[in-house]
Amino acid sequence: MAYSEKVIDHYENPRNVGSFDKEDKSVATGMVGAPACGDVMKLQLKIDDNGVIEDAKFKTYGCGSAIASSSLVTEWVKGKTLEEAGKISNTEISAELALPPVKIHCSILAEDAIKAAIDDYKSKNTAE
Amino acid sequence: MKLPIYLDYSATTPVDPRVAEKMMQFLTLDGEFGNPASRSHRFGWQAEEAVDIAREQIADLINADPREIVFTSGATESDNLAIKGAAHFYGKKGKHIITAKTEHKAVLDTCRQLEREGYEVTYLDPQEDGIVTPAQLQEALREDTILVSLMHVNNEIGVIQDIAAYGELCRANKTILHVDAAQSAGKVEIDIQTMKVDLISFSGHKVYGPKGIGALYVSRKPRIRLEAQMHGGGHERGMRSGTLATHQIVAMGEAFRIAKEEMASENERLLALRTRLLDGLSDMEEVYVNGSMEHRVAGNINISFNYVEGESLVMALKDLAVSSGSACTSASLEPSYVLRAIGRDDELAHSSIRFSIGRFTTFEEIDYAVKIIRENIGRLREMSPLWDMYKEGIDISSIEWSHH
Repeated sequence: MAYSEKVIDHYENPRNVGSFDKEDKSVATGMVGAPACGDVMKLQLKIDDNGVIEDAKFKTYGCGSAIASSSLVTEWVKGKTLEEAGKISNTEISAELALPPVKIHCSILAEDAIKAAIDDYKSKNTAE
Repeated sequence: MKLPIYLDYSATTPVDPRVAEKMMQFLTLDGEFGNPASRSHRFGWQAEEAVDIAREQIADLINADPREIVFTSGATESDNLAIKGAAHFYGKKGKHIITAKTEHKAVLDTCRQLEREGYEVTYLDPQEDGIVTPAQLQEALREDTILVSLMHVNNEIGVIQDIAAYGELCRANKTILHVDAAQSAGKVEIDIQTMKVDLISFSGHKVYGPKGIGALYVSRKPRIRLEAQMHGGGHERGMRSGTLATHQIVAMGEAFRIAKEEMASENERLLALRTRLLDGLSDMEEVYVNGSMEHRVAGNINISFNYVEGESLVMALKDLAVSSGSACTSASLEPSYVLRAIGRDDELAHSSIRFSIGRFTTFEEIDYAVKIIRENIGRLREMSPLWDMYKEGIDISSIEWSHH
C-alpha cells in the first residue's frame, strides 16, 4: 500500500510515544480498538488546573496509519481545552494524513480515543 | 548487498538467467518464433519440437509421460480446469467434493462456484500444525465423492501434506485426486509412479520460470477425462485450446529441468539459511512459528511476533520484501484465513510475517534481516499498549474490547 509522506513521517518518527500514570487525577486515559481487529490505541492527556491539555502521549498497536493518526492527535491536542480537543474529527485527521478509504477507520479510532480520554477525565473528576 | 532484500519467493521468483537466455531464443525473426500448430513449414515444426522437449522436461520432474502434461496460463487456470473440468465431466456420478480450508483461493473460489452450480463441498479443518490427516480425509469420503482437491505445500505456512496417503484413499474410493503443487514443484519430490494422483497443477513462476505459464498433469492410467473450459482450435488434446506460448513453455521446461537437477543441493542450502534466520530470532519473547516445523519446505518460515501488528512491521521492515497475514495488507480487512483455519487467534494472525527464501538468497542477507527484525520488533513493542499489558501481567483476552 502506498502511504502519504505524512503517514511515513509520523510512523518513522512518532511524536509523544509513552505513558503517564493512569491513576493520576490530572491524567485522562482513553483506550480504544481491539487486538482482534488489528488495532488498539491508548491516548493519555495531562490536563492542567485550567482544563487545558498540557501534554499528551500515546501507545498504539496497529498499522502505519493507526500509528500516524495517534501520533498526529497528540500534537494537535496540546494547548487545547478539553472542549476544543473533543471537536477534533476523523475527517480532519484523515485529510491531514491523506488516508486512503480502507484506512479511514484508523482516523475514526483516533477521534474515539480523544473522546474516551475526555470521558475518563470527567468520570474521574466528578466521582467525588 | 542490494536493498531491499527479496524474501518473498513464495509469491514469485525471479526468472533464472539460464531460463531467460533460453526464452529469448523463441521470440524474434532470428529465433524460433513459429506457431507449434503450424504443420506446413519448418517454423511450425521447430516450435513444436521445442514444446515437446519442454513437455518432456516437465513430465520428467514428476516421473510422468509427456502426453500427460497440458499447458495452461498458470496454476490458477490449472486448478480451474482440473476442478471444474472433472466435476462437470463426472457430475452424473456424484456431486460431492472435498477440499480443505487452507487451500489457495484458486481452489476455494472454484469450489464456491461449483456450490452455486449445485455441488456439495466439504471443507476440511486442518490440525493446528496445518496438516490434513489421511484419517480426516477417510472420514469425509463418501460414495458420491467424485473429487478431492488438496494442496501439496501450503503457500502461507509451507507445510507439506501426505499426498501419497490421500492417493491411496481416493483410489480405493474411486475418487479423483487433484493436487495443487504450485508451491511444491522443485521443492518436494513428486513421483507419479508411486503417488496415486490424477491431476496436478503447476506454475512456472514459482520455480524460476516466467509468469503467465503453468501446466496441469492429467493422468492417462487411469484415464481422467475433463470438460474443457477454453474452447477453440482443440489444442492440448482438446482440453485447453489456444495457441501455445512457445517462449513461455520452453522457459518453464528449462526451469523444471534445472529444478530437478538442483533440488537436493538447493534444499540443503535453503534449510541452512532458514535455520540461520530462525536461530537469530528464537531467543526473542513471544515469537511463534505458524505451521508444522517437521513437515515443511526448506524455504518457508511463517512467524507471528505477538503484540506487534503485521502491517506496521512490514512497513518497518522496508528493507525486506516479505508478506504479512495481517488484515491491513488485504483489501478485506480480514486476517489470514489460513492462520485462522489452523486455530491461530486473530491477534497472532495479525502479527504474522511470511519469510520465503530462495535460490538467490545469501547468508549475508539473512544476517542483515535478523538484525533489522530485532531492532524493529523492539521499537514497535515499545510503542504497543498490548506489550505494556503483557509486561504488566495483564491477560489481554480477559479484557472486554470494543469491536469496531
